[in-house]
Amino acid sequence: MLLAKLYQQDRGGSFLLMALLLAAVLVPVLNLWVPESSPLHLSTYTVTLLGKYLCYALLAMALDLVWGYCGILSLGHGAFFALGGYAMGMYLMRAIGDRGVYGNPELPDFMVFLSWQEVPWYWNGFDMFWFALLMVVLAPGILAFVFGWFAFRARVTGVYLSIMTQALTFALMLAFFRNEMGFGGNNGLTDFKDILGFDLQADSTRIGLFLVSVLVLALAYLACRYIINSKLGRVVVAIRDAEDRARFVGYKVESFKLWLFVFSAVLAGIAGALYVPQVGIINPGEFAPLNSIEMVIWVAVGGRGTLYGAAAGALLVNYGKTYFTAAFPEIWLFALGALFVLVTVFLPRGIIGLMRRGKDRQS
Amino acid sequence: MFLPRLVKRSFGQSWCLQGVRWLLALLLFGVTAVAFAADFDAAVQSLNGENFTVKEASIGDVVDTGHERSSTVLESMLNGLLYYRKSDGRMVIVAPVEQGYQVQDAASGEDLGVLGKRKVRKIAINNALRTSLRNALARLSLSSTERDVRYAAVQEMLGTMNKDSRALLEDRLAMETDERVRDLLGTALALYKLDSQDRDVRLQAVQDLDGSIIPQVRNRLVGLLASENDAEINRVLKQVLGSIDARLQLYSLAETAFFGLSLGSVLLLAAIGLAITFGVMGVINMAHGELIMLGAYTTYLVQSALPGHVELSLLVAVPAAFMVSGAFGIAIERGVIRFLYGRPLETLLATFGISLILQQLVRSTISAQNVTVSNPNWMSGSLHINEAFSLTYNRIYILIFSLVVFFALLAILKKTSLGLQVRAVSQNRPMAKAMGIRSEWVDAMTFGLGSGIAGIAGVALSQLTNVGPNMGQSYIIDSFMVVVFGGVGNLWGTMVGAMSLGVANKILEPWSGAVLAKILVLVFIILFIQKRPRGLFPQQGRAAEH
Repeated sequence: MLLAKLYQQDRGGSFLLMALLLAAVLVPVLNLWVPESSPLHLSTYTVTLLGKYLCYALLAMALDLVWGYCGILSLGHGAFFALGGYAMGMYLMRAIGDRGVYGNPELPDFMVFLSWQEVPWYWNGFDMFWFALLMVVLAPGILAFVFGWFAFRARVTGVYLSIMTQALTFALMLAFFRNEMGFGGNNGLTDFKDILGFDLQADSTRIGLFLVSVLVLALAYLACRYIINSKLGRVVVAIRDAEDRARFVGYKVESFKLWLFVFSAVLAGIAGALYVPQVGIINPGEFAPLNSIEMVIWVAVGGRGTLYGAAAGALLVNYGKTYFTAAFPEIWLFALGALFVLVTVFLPRGIIGLMRRGKDRQS
Repeated sequence: MFLPRLVKRSFGQSWCLQGVRWLLALLLFGVTAVAFAADFDAAVQSLNGENFTVKEASIGDVVDTGHERSSTVLESMLNGLLYYRKSDGRMVIVAPVEQGYQVQDAASGEDLGVLGKRKVRKIAINNALRTSLRNALARLSLSSTERDVRYAAVQEMLGTMNKDSRALLEDRLAMETDERVRDLLGTALALYKLDSQDRDVRLQAVQDLDGSIIPQVRNRLVGLLASENDAEINRVLKQVLGSIDARLQLYSLAETAFFGLSLGSVLLLAAIGLAITFGVMGVINMAHGELIMLGAYTTYLVQSALPGHVELSLLVAVPAAFMVSGAFGIAIERGVIRFLYGRPLETLLATFGISLILQQLVRSTISAQNVTVSNPNWMSGSLHINEAFSLTYNRIYILIFSLVVFFALLAILKKTSLGLQVRAVSQNRPMAKAMGIRSEWVDAMTFGLGSGIAGIAGVALSQLTNVGPNMGQSYIIDSFMVVVFGGVGNLWGTMVGAMSLGVANKILEPWSGAVLAKILVLVFIILFIQKRPRGLFPQQGRAAEH
């Protein structure tokens, strides 16, 4: 009954959820129970790759929530993603225990290498999984709150806001590159062994992480859809279309923007936290402005203001990236650059917009 | 004013010394230059005397000949590289190679090929000889005709003054004519006198050293302060040290200011084109950094086309880079941006795509590695003002160049008809159109102008930093920060913004380190923009409402 209603109102969304359900069933079966000799077998490498794409899809959805529905083009979502990733990475780092190269039970390898005597205070608590999860939510959330609180109250909008967010992630990148920060500097955090006692290299753990990613993406979609369909969501769209009018009608524009921005940052942080155990490394490169701006193109390709379009765009562009960088590494930047230009000039509503237009013409 | 005087003096001096040499050769020996060479040859041969006393005397002889190879021979002797050939006793200088020694004749410098290790034997020296060798070498460089060599020689001796070097320096002081070398000689002698037993001599020496900013002097005085017992001297010492520290602080302040302005000029160059495209037209051009890169690569290509003419190629590169980057800019404007006016966020994304394409284009067609762009001679080296303060020429020229570009651009906007049209269109497009201005043409020209300036910036930056496909990316965020900080649509704001950010960066740097300084400045701008969203010098009036 509920599902039927959902299907009626939101075809794209239900298609996305169906696809996720299908993936959640098929991927474990093809990976674990189909023998390796069979052409249908899915390698663990591919499973990890798919898991990575799902994290990107979640990130794109978070970005679409603020850009597509509220007109805030954040060029700094990579920062929130990376912060979530670092929080998870710190837990994984402490979980290594004495199995590191230097065999120090307390200190992660890079701190031994810098001949530090004890764990810095901000690493305390990361040996507990629940604390790390809390930080995955809080670290990006608080940063977004502080940044947004200043920016939205000062009515920094449009391009200015975009450039500020870009400067934010650039500053964080420079900071995390410093060894003195205590986050592993250039090399970042890596060499993880296990998560909650499960070996990260095992096929079953990979499948487990994949399934968690599927679940989180589905839940995040439903949460975003719920917010957009609520009264708050309608105000947010009103702000996107006519900010001054919304303000004059009496809405506190900056509060709406701020909470949406913080929620989006938290989603991005969760995506980062799911990403790190699957790829096995987090380093300051994730803060690079280029990464953040690439995320925007995922959303633009898929079609902004649809949520599922953003997810589809992330999957599509990243599949293209994997394919091109392996097959024609020279071509990839040309292709990506052309994608930016073509999509913005010819496809302002993305692939989803194209499909909708086609359908409108038919009927 | 400063330079010609020096040139004249050293010219006169070398002429004078030449004359002395001639007179000596004529009067004392009454023979030609051949005899002079033979004389040197004999002196070198006698360095292989039977005992150390003979050798010591011969060192003096070698110095006295004044031959140009004297210092080479003595230096090899000091370093244990002076040997003699067993077959005929010729003195040779050796350099170890795989099969034995590469040997050259000590007196004439003639290459004698490779000899086995057993064919030659080393000239033995002891510690006393080493000292006299060092003194002889110092004496040689002290009597050099080059002012800078003499200066360096005295500088070398500052830390290790003893009785011998004192005598040497006093002799030199008697005939030295150059003001700077004389000053330094005085400083060196005063340093020696600090060790005197006589209280008055010490006091006088401390007073003589007042205001000297040479690092060794300060170290010595600090050391003396710890060991000195005399109250009067201590009082003067503290005073002198205080005044030295005050001067040093002043110079380090001046240096920080210069470095800051230099960084500011780089920022200004990078941002000034953006101040046109972003500030005046309101177009977010993320490919701006790549237009700078194209300018730098144009410099590289022009240099490759004109090998050996570094100066000329740089002159050619400036207009060439303007044309290349300007043409690319116009193509970008006509091809992409004009479809996106009024949609700034989309413009941002599209131009970012263009920046990726341009980077890959350079990588595919030229090289993925950094290329080397050579500097003309007059850009290397530094303007040496004193011990604590010197300015590198390339930074001075870049600073001047950035100001020239800035004022030229200002003049174009204020005085030419294009500038008038640009301002008209940016202030009120429909009205400008109604007045008959071809606004589309103005858009293209403005964008071309801003891009061309970026190309010129690339020429200048190619002289300071690495030229590679990624170089543009490192400037783009800084450039936007400068323009936003200074106030959009205001060239003077860009200038003030660039300079103040540069100086702020350099003031923070010694205290926090380079990276942290940059982070702090970024955070400062982010907070500043929250307080004053329109920058330092906001645009006034109705045009500002957009």
